[in-house]
Amino acid sequence: MAFKHKHLISIKTLSVSDILTILETADSFLDISAREVKKVPILRGKTIINLFFEPSTRTRSSFELAAKRLSADISNFSKQTSSALKGETLKDTVLNLEAMKTDALIIRHSCAGAPHFISTFCQSHVINAGDGAHEHPTQALLDAFTIRQVKKKFENLKVVIVGDIIHSRVARSNIILLNKLGAHITLVGPPALLPREFADFGVAIENNLDRALEGADAIMMLRIQLERQQGNFFPSLREYRNLYSLSPARFRRAKRNAIIMHPGPINRGIEISADLADSVKSVILRQVENGVAVRMAVLYLLLGGKESETAD
Amino acid sequence: MKLLIKNGRVIDPSAGIDETLDILIDRKKIVDMKPRLNANDAHIIDASRLVVAPGFIDMHVHLRDPGQEDKETIKTGSKAAARGGFTSIACMPNTSPVNDNRGITEYIITEAKRNADVNVFPIASITRGSEGKELTDMADLVDAGVVAFSDDGRSIQNNLVMRRALEYSRQLDALIIDHCEDRSLADDGVMHEGYHSYSLGLKGIPSCAEEIMVARDVILAEKTGARIHLAHLSTSGSVALLRLARNKKIQVSAEATPHHLLLTDAAVESYDTNLKVNPPLRSRPDTESLIKAVKDGLIDVFATDHAPHTADEKAVEFDQAPFGINGLETAVSLILDRLVQKNIIPIQRCVEMFSTNPARLLKLKDKGQIRVGGDADLTILNLHKDVVVDKNTFESKSRNTPFQGWKLRGLPVMTIVGGKIVHST
Amino acid sequence: MQEKIKARIMDAAKIKRSLHRMTTEITERNRNLKNLVIIGIRTRGVFIGKRIARLIKSQEKISVPVGVLDITLYRDDFSELEAQHMVKKTEIDFSIKDKDVLLVDDVLFTGRTIRAAMDSLIDLGRPKSIQLLVLIDRGHRELPIRADYIGKHLPTSRKELVQVNLKEVDEKDEVLITEPAGLK
Repeated sequence: MAFKHKHLISIKTLSVSDILTILETADSFLDISAREVKKVPILRGKTIINLFFEPSTRTRSSFELAAKRLSADISNFSKQTSSALKGETLKDTVLNLEAMKTDALIIRHSCAGAPHFISTFCQSHVINAGDGAHEHPTQALLDAFTIRQVKKKFENLKVVIVGDIIHSRVARSNIILLNKLGAHITLVGPPALLPREFADFGVAIENNLDRALEGADAIMMLRIQLERQQGNFFPSLREYRNLYSLSPARFRRAKRNAIIMHPGPINRGIEISADLADSVKSVILRQVENGVAVRMAVLYLLLGGKESETAD
Repeated sequence: MKLLIKNGRVIDPSAGIDETLDILIDRKKIVDMKPRLNANDAHIIDASRLVVAPGFIDMHVHLRDPGQEDKETIKTGSKAAARGGFTSIACMPNTSPVNDNRGITEYIITEAKRNADVNVFPIASITRGSEGKELTDMADLVDAGVVAFSDDGRSIQNNLVMRRALEYSRQLDALIIDHCEDRSLADDGVMHEGYHSYSLGLKGIPSCAEEIMVARDVILAEKTGARIHLAHLSTSGSVALLRLARNKKIQVSAEATPHHLLLTDAAVESYDTNLKVNPPLRSRPDTESLIKAVKDGLIDVFATDHAPHTADEKAVEFDQAPFGINGLETAVSLILDRLVQKNIIPIQRCVEMFSTNPARLLKLKDKGQIRVGGDADLTILNLHKDVVVDKNTFESKSRNTPFQGWKLRGLPVMTIVGGKIVHST
Repeated sequence: MQEKIKARIMDAAKIKRSLHRMTTEITERNRNLKNLVIIGIRTRGVFIGKRIARLIKSQEKISVPVGVLDITLYRDDFSELEAQHMVKKTEIDFSIKDKDVLLVDDVLFTGRTIRAAMDSLIDLGRPKSIQLLVLIDRGHRELPIRADYIGKHLPTSRKELVQVNLKEVDEKDEVLITEPAGLK
């Protein structure tokens, strides 16, 4: 079935069948990354720009490898070394890049709504690599792909997401996606990082990690930004660790074959104790490997067909 | 030249008038007002089936002049006001430099006399530079022609400074207008804090940021006996506090803007920066509460908080865009269509909120009424005319309206200032 | 799209005889059957490939491995399909390096599918040789590609469609020429 979207900006716009199409397509791309010749010619001649206004190594290189393995030409634009530092507006930056005949723009920006904004005036396909606290669609897709690899299904799966929920685009995209697929989500965090209104998103809210972990199938730990302590979101890292860090003892409350996930980069010893992070239960490195395959699937589905057929 | 307005439905709530009358104007004043008048040498305006009201007054306008003339000037802002049906506007002091001294006030008055189509009344800041620390020379400013004081854009955060400002203004019987916002709670929010801000990943401004300041203002108004006016009220909590103040007979008045009455935070899903405003568009229960407060007479005045910005300034990421909605040329039609046509308020109340009450609060002599011997400032409305909002026809330099394309019934068709027709469709 | 059957070119018996004949040709030409591997192009090429492998096993008692090749990511022509083709998996769990590959497809037409298949095979490993077996060759080549083993030559016009039905997926074995309804 055809994937009729021009952009991937938000999980909200994807139907369940769109999501399953992406996951099934990613399966084939996983094999290609395991071969000796890690390349197929399908996007030969396409020009893609990585437009990263926030620093990133893993997401950026993941997209870069995904594009190159599909034989596309990809170029990196980062804020540090760019005209944006000289005060050029986002609109002008994008228009200037588009003048070089790009096919797709992969954008990561600190302002929520930035990818949506540029899609209103640019011609290229727009892929959201993270916009402020709003969404990070490919992260949620690779998380779902990883869960599917191990657990095979989503229906009634108990997923627990822990940490700085209010500031997390990863949490938001995952909440939307996993709800669409029928999982049961519990969010955990200190009250200032987890407003009660989040219950309106169709999830359970919990401030007590021990209680939340009972019977969990998958545990997603989110990165805590150490600066949050200055905003008085929690009194100290010590207190945060005591209440919200995943230790082996806590982990025993989850189901026996529960998996531990993290979008990275990890604050070892704060979100997860070091030995758990390295243990076989952790699929964190698999998430990274799957990230390239999922991003290849997204690029293929958006760009790999007749241009006239897209609907957005 | 004499003007004779014939057959209009003249509505002046201040005098309890609502009947068909002819009005004769000569040299800036109303010289006669009767059911049937004749004047051979007058230019005749047929106002049959139209409403003739005392000139509308917008007591919350940003003219950006001096200092930010690329957004708007006194001249272009006044043209926009005239087109919107306003005969008088009060302009806020957050210009560049801030209007905190006689020099800027006199500039505004002189420039308006020279180039403005409508009456322009300056509002000066309460504190120097609107820094919230030291009071301005209020008596001198009143003498120069200032009609009210406000640190609009900001709000005096220090309660002791606010207390002193109210105590001092009381002797002048000057109106203090507060943009109620606790900066620490508002922090760097960009939209209403609630389900939608959480969904969109945008930082929220909670209702309590406004309500805490409303509470402070009500309590200090009671303590000092000063007159205070709450600008652009936006939350149901603020309305509840206002009701409490009224019941205790505290001298607090309040205004509401069309956008806070008619739009909610759900609209921000599109990340359209024309919806970015401070205070932000709130939730549906908040707008319903405000509309009820308008109906009940709790809210005294409609004001636009006309905040012009250039297109470039608004064509950026939502977080980066300046706050503000352009309002002068859409306000009257919006209220006529969404409140009067829908029978939420009668036309008399609409006129009272656009004219009678602003004149009373700002103590503007001869404004807000139609009487023989008074100023010939009139707003003529066609309650049945259909209009589609088109920002490309605006007289204002700015185009930042969220109402583009709205189909409305009701239009100000003629604006007369000092006996001169400054706008006519 | 409604299709009208114009003619039935082969029935189950004819198909069976063709496959037998081609198997004999294969075993004659390939001295070292132990180095042979069969790669079927999705979907129907795979079933034909498996049948050939079974015939080789019963004739020569040698097991030839069969793999499945999906060439979606190597295509250069989207004109024949909708906007995008669902990518299915390539399943070849043996090495093709230095092997004699027998590529199998149901219909040879423009030759573009075979070109894509060869590019894909070469990215998977370097085979010693590639031979091509097709059940039907319907002409209209756009590239210099030819088959080594052909079940039947079938001259067709461009607008006709050749449909190969196999009982593994289509209830019965037959080869049909069809035409889109409403076409003159």
